[in-house]
Amino acid sequence: MATPYIGVPVQRREDLRFLTGAGNYTDDLTLPHQTHAVFVRSPHAHARIRSIKLERARAAAGVVGIFTGADVAAAKINGLPCGWLITGNDGKPMNEPAHPILALDTVRHAGDGVAVVIAETLAQARDAAEQVEVDYEVLPAVVDAVAALAPGAPLLHEGAPGNRCYTWDIGDKAGVDAAFARAAHVTTLEFVNNRLIPNAIEPRAVNASYSRADDSYTLYVANQNPHVERLLMCAFVLGLPEHKVRVVAPDVGGGFGSKIYLYAEDVVLTWASRQVNRPIKWTADRSESFLSDAHGRDHHTKAQLALDKDGQFLALRVNTTANLGAYLSTFASAVPTILYATLLAGQYATPVIHCEVTAAFTNTAPVDAYRGAGRPEATYVVERMVETAAREMGIDPAAIRRRNFIRSFPYQTPVALMYDIGDYEATLDRAIELADVAGFATRRSQSQARGKLRGLGYACYIEACGIAPSSVAGALGARAGLFEAGEVRVHPTGKVTVFTGSHSHGQGHETSFAQVVADRLGISMDDVEIVHGDTSKVLFGMGTYGSRSLAVGGTAIIKALDKVVAKGKKIAAHLLEAAETDIEFADGQFKVAGTDRSKAFAEIALTAYVPHNFPHDKLEPGLNENAFYDPSNFTFPAGTYICEVEVDPETGAVNIERFVAVDDFGNIINPMIVEGQVHGGLVQGLGQALNECGVYDSASGQLTTGTFMDYCMPRADDMPSFKVATHGTACTHNPLGVKGCGEAGAIGSPPALMNALTDALGVADFAMPATPQRIWATLQSKQQRKAA
Amino acid sequence: MYPFEYQTASSVADAASRLAAHGDAKLLAGGQTMIASMKLRLAQPSHLIDLAGAADMRGIQVSATEVTLGAMSRHAEVARSAAVQKAIPVLAKLAGGIGDRMVRNMGTIGGSVANNDPAADYPAAVLGLNATVRTNKRSIAADDFFLGMYETALAEGEIITSFSFPIPRRGAYMKFKNPASRYALVGVLVAQLADGSVRVAVTGAGPVVFRVPEMEKALTAQFAPEAVAGIKIPADGLNADIHAQADYRAHLITVMAKRAVAAALA
Repeated sequence: MATPYIGVPVQRREDLRFLTGAGNYTDDLTLPHQTHAVFVRSPHAHARIRSIKLERARAAAGVVGIFTGADVAAAKINGLPCGWLITGNDGKPMNEPAHPILALDTVRHAGDGVAVVIAETLAQARDAAEQVEVDYEVLPAVVDAVAALAPGAPLLHEGAPGNRCYTWDIGDKAGVDAAFARAAHVTTLEFVNNRLIPNAIEPRAVNASYSRADDSYTLYVANQNPHVERLLMCAFVLGLPEHKVRVVAPDVGGGFGSKIYLYAEDVVLTWASRQVNRPIKWTADRSESFLSDAHGRDHHTKAQLALDKDGQFLALRVNTTANLGAYLSTFASAVPTILYATLLAGQYATPVIHCEVTAAFTNTAPVDAYRGAGRPEATYVVERMVETAAREMGIDPAAIRRRNFIRSFPYQTPVALMYDIGDYEATLDRAIELADVAGFATRRSQSQARGKLRGLGYACYIEACGIAPSSVAGALGARAGLFEAGEVRVHPTGKVTVFTGSHSHGQGHETSFAQVVADRLGISMDDVEIVHGDTSKVLFGMGTYGSRSLAVGGTAIIKALDKVVAKGKKIAAHLLEAAETDIEFADGQFKVAGTDRSKAFAEIALTAYVPHNFPHDKLEPGLNENAFYDPSNFTFPAGTYICEVEVDPETGAVNIERFVAVDDFGNIINPMIVEGQVHGGLVQGLGQALNECGVYDSASGQLTTGTFMDYCMPRADDMPSFKVATHGTACTHNPLGVKGCGEAGAIGSPPALMNALTDALGVADFAMPATPQRIWATLQSKQQRKAA
Repeated sequence: MYPFEYQTASSVADAASRLAAHGDAKLLAGGQTMIASMKLRLAQPSHLIDLAGAADMRGIQVSATEVTLGAMSRHAEVARSAAVQKAIPVLAKLAGGIGDRMVRNMGTIGGSVANNDPAADYPAAVLGLNATVRTNKRSIAADDFFLGMYETALAEGEIITSFSFPIPRRGAYMKFKNPASRYALVGVLVAQLADGSVRVAVTGAGPVVFRVPEMEKALTAQFAPEAVAGIKIPADGLNADIHAQADYRAHLITVMAKRAVAAALA
């Protein structure tokens, strides 16, 4: 007997294997005749390779093969592609310098790959790698984007003069200028959105093999989108036919964006597996992850908000410099443009907006999408500006937001997006209630009595998820479609296997997708299996990122389920000798409307596969349907976060006293999973605001924060107990009415915390992360200003 | 990790002879720094001589006047020893605040003090409580033991066997943690010894643990937080990194000292 599953906090079925060590990760897999790879990486941020001597390394015990950039060039392997073409405001395409899979004559960041050493054991590969002698001519390095764009900066790529990838803009510049001319008040802030290093629990891992038997390749890889990985690798880099390459992303221990991309190591191992005719495994150690995973954020922004005398927003002007790192990673170009500037309207009816973005190459690891990808940066700009404007004008921060909320939908923003639905006031009201904003003044004076500083900050975020309508994305420069695919295979006994192009690496799809399928078919969840992450099983997939899985991947499954039900009705009509139009399907029963005559789902399935009594003249046997779904719009999750902090002014230590998150994710399939996603997102966002910062030394270009001793990951005792709630307005354009919840926490929480901290400290701004030292120094300089 | 030979020592004497027999041998006294360095290929000992089985390096004894800790006492053993908690509560508490549970169950006082990491907690206890370091060759006063960053008075082949901590009247340790590593950004141990003299030992702030005579003098005159609240520590020579500039560390020394005095009196 099936029960309704949608909306129920069903326990995650995948957790048993994860929590009992039964997961199957890439590194768990050992293939017959397995070899192991170690990459020789540049110790310098920028250098010319004078020579590489391999004699001693080749003679080392157990070595199977060693390859360098010269071997790659000789094999005519292309560089890694960038999946999004940005056209600059000069009308020219962005500069796309080559991104070789192993450096040919120049290394451009500490950790850039120089050679791969393949040996019988990992220890032998490490030993031999130490024998590779590379003679470098060290060049001056630049790690900061603003510095990289300055005249005379060290040049990374001949093909990118001035280290510029593009200067791009969006919006109405003249309209913004005109609005500023009549503004009663202008708020100006200049800030840095700090560089983050993702740090999934499972580091990147690859196990590549080649079969001489059928001239095919199999690549196991810790990746969020195996079909995209295969497409990019086959079509753009190695020139292999896709039907000869299988990509499997088995259990993956977290991605947060960092495992979307086609990385050099994946390609090197795939190519080399044929050269040595052995399977090759590589698993990044943590130090390599720090140096070679794509990083996130790293913006420098100057923003101005024009308001009338009542606090009505007239215009927003934003100028951002984005650090792309040494090379263009897979979606790097889209993050500070398409995924960033289009979100600058936030929840507000700001009539005109203009944003100009200049993206620069620097001697640092590539920067790409990381949980939120552009949207946290945009939300940070908008929500810090709004809160600051409210304080400057003496308006309550909640009131200024209410005064400017978008209230009628659909709403066309001045920066390209069309919001379908939302209710911003409802989430704000609920958050104010849950945070007991009314009691804040009392709590603040209690803190004061104890010598502590207390502050409260809001953030009302919006994000564009359900990425993306392919036609829109294509018009904006995407070089891929962004639909999703799903397949529903009904077995003769009525059990169901669902194949989805979405990939689960912590999201709980095996549970939430099964809830949807079981509900739609009126069967038990135990009878539904969700399969993902294997190009040989799943028909196609664009993968998991941008909070898209349920909204896009889930809808593809719904469409396939609709086809199953439609065919089932035809079969039922035949068996029940009724007109097809009279067959209703509900609760797992195909029923003749208005009668008690029915056939259970499993009976129809059996008939489809044992078609003795079957309408062969009208139908094919079997019950297996697939569907592709290309969304008609983005989805727009939104919400209000309120953060309350207490600061110890003597030490600069911060305690997050309260954190309330009220989100509008549309309809919710599994509230427990949603709550978990919010918690995880909040910790990552608060981690950015409080703890984390990827720091490169400006003189040497070395990564200063290359271990957990210096890169400060947030820990449980840094975090408060979160109070979370949802208030949903159903998405108007997908059948489940869902919007996506994966990134919200990371998007809304940094400005909420920084608004609370600037409130507590009584300062306009200071830079994330809000480390004790920074808070202390901020208070020191405030005192000095007062004294002066 | 490079290959190495693992040996176990059954006593201090056995460890000393094994150490002397191999030029590149290292002692393993919990391994909370050593093993991590080896895994990163930053250390390459030919032999590791594990002291875990050296019975004469273990044990906690408490007399009327002093606490003696065998060099191989695990942090967790010291933290949970009722006798230490009673005799020198600050020592048990300091041990219970080192690293995390795994570190505390493996790491030892001998290992920590011999390594003399500038941000380790135990050097502040040894110096601040005026302990005596006993080795297989001699006794060394705390004031003579810590020479510089990772540098101690230990001679080649000399092995710490135990520590004697005179029981003070009162004391407390205040640690402001590095947010990333959770080592002491600044840790201050304040103790009023049995004879009424006061010691203030600072770890984390400089290249090596050090005393603050000005604070000690002020606290000997008046053991109260106000006595040190106004004493500014010069930033010269203090550590500076991305987590804390020298002036911030200098400021924290005063704050932590003040709080340690308050805690000692509580």
